[in-house]
Amino acid sequence: MTTFENKSSKELRAGMGDGLVEVGKRNSDVVALSADVFGSVKMDAFKKAYPDRCVQCGIAEANMIGIAAGLSLCGKIPFVGGFAEFVTGRVYDQIRQVLAYSNKNVKICGSHAGISLGEDGATHQTMEDIALMKALPNMTVLVPCDYNQARQATIAAADYVGPMYIRLGRSKMPNFTPEDEPFVIGKAQHLIEGSDVSIFACGHLVWEALEAAKALEAEGIHAEVINIHTIKPLDTEAIIASARKTGAVVTCEEHLFNGGLGDSVAQTLALNCPTPMEYVAVNDKFGESGTPDEMLTNYGLRSKNIVEKVYAVLKRKC
Amino acid sequence: MKSTQELQTIATQVRRDIVRMTTAAKSGHPGGSLGTTDWMTAMQFNIMQASPETFTMDGNNQDMLFVSQGHITPVIYSTMARRGYFEVSELATFRKFATRLQGHPSVAHNLPGIRMASGSLGQGMSVGIGAALGKKMRNDKTLVYTLHGDGELQEGQIWESVMFAGAKGVDNLISTIDYNGQQIDGTTDQVMSLGDLKAKFESFMWTVVDIANGNDMQQVLDGMAEAKNLTGKGHPVVVLLHTEMGYGVDFMQGTNKYHGAVLSADDLPRALAQLPETEYGDF
Repeated sequence: MTTFENKSSKELRAGMGDGLVEVGKRNSDVVALSADVFGSVKMDAFKKAYPDRCVQCGIAEANMIGIAAGLSLCGKIPFVGGFAEFVTGRVYDQIRQVLAYSNKNVKICGSHAGISLGEDGATHQTMEDIALMKALPNMTVLVPCDYNQARQATIAAADYVGPMYIRLGRSKMPNFTPEDEPFVIGKAQHLIEGSDVSIFACGHLVWEALEAAKALEAEGIHAEVINIHTIKPLDTEAIIASARKTGAVVTCEEHLFNGGLGDSVAQTLALNCPTPMEYVAVNDKFGESGTPDEMLTNYGLRSKNIVEKVYAVLKRKC
Repeated sequence: MKSTQELQTIATQVRRDIVRMTTAAKSGHPGGSLGTTDWMTAMQFNIMQASPETFTMDGNNQDMLFVSQGHITPVIYSTMARRGYFEVSELATFRKFATRLQGHPSVAHNLPGIRMASGSLGQGMSVGIGAALGKKMRNDKTLVYTLHGDGELQEGQIWESVMFAGAKGVDNLISTIDYNGQQIDGTTDQVMSLGDLKAKFESFMWTVVDIANGNDMQQVLDGMAEAKNLTGKGHPVVVLLHTEMGYGVDFMQGTNKYHGAVLSADDLPRALAQLPETEYGDF
């Protein structure tokens, strides 16, 4: 079984920030906007390197989305940085009208996403952002799994034309994908080959899925782990092929059941190859304050929860 | 460039288009369209440095216009067609299935001349600011114009953008307010008073130009020329364009009744009787 090593825990938002500096060097049309959180979303290095290509919007996210749309008209490639909740849910209608419907080349970088944000509590812990963004026609939705992949996703985003949402967490998390592996938008990443069950994961939960697969292997269960780093467009071919091979599916994400990766996978399975499936996600409730570790553990988003769901789905396997 | 009299004649034709388009579609927003007809005509033919022949999506070296209150598509489309962005005959497709002339402006149907969707109110000034900053970044000296309904100023996002443009000195932006005092549920005073708009904009570090009668073509031309002269001086410019909703048809004026309601087929001839046919001809 392929194994993965956590080289050192790092923040995904920092991967985006470092990737942004790289694309900024390469392409002078790349610009950055933030609503008083350049530092918090790790765009400060870009701001230091390219002050003339930054727009400090103040605490006014709705205006920021419109400004980004206007800049894109002039051939700029705006990267909009903010807390995930405030650059998705707060400005959903703005994104809908001037980015998605108007099909503008703007990249929304939502940091502090998910319950692992921790102490800030539920007001800031969005677990609905994937649902909101993937619902919009024209929108591409990326959920990288670690620092290296967040950096590569940012590089790929700059070369891709169209509105995009990149979901990023705040906390330090295991960094295990190869540093130089290009991010291929829309192409699922096969991490572990297996034959008994397919585990489709995204974001921080990919590491948990790998840990779960290790534990299952020790019990003689061969789990396939696939990183669905692009929620939209979804690599349905990879999902269908894996589900047909294993006959059982578990999805894992730091998001609500409603509208997340699980729903995208469930829709794909229902339409193509109905397969028993279980969700590892948060079911219809808000988070609360606590450490990132406490959040993931108490809300059932750990490798042991994935293992439990694997056993549950194996019982349902035909 | 057209003479004032020529512009007035075009405006009359545009008003004929507006009432005929909305009655044919059995829906749409004739009131605000009629009120802004003189301004839109002046903009398309004389004020803006832009033309159908030179139109590009990126607006490089062309003035750009964003109509933030997207519901006034009748006047937007009519003035665009009369300016030559597309065939006048296409106005007959307004709001019909598979048309390029969507109920609210769209870029999804490839209509030349439209750069951004609008309709959900309060967003066009932000877009205009972005385009204005983009122009500055690429050293493009042309201007960005936006148009807003006065009721639209009740949207919070407007004040985010007003604050931004003033604080950051976005001085290649001219925003015009269609100041007709009417909105769907009543007068702006009844719904939510706008207060002293001039003082409000000035306190946000904007330069204010007042056009006392926005339905007088000469006043519109003079006022917009003044606004242009005030750009490039460190402050954004706002034009308070006093208009009358429904202007040009006496029984449609002075009321908000026709904000989003159209004339019946029976009433249409009564309106057209007040808008004499022109050399440009109906669509």
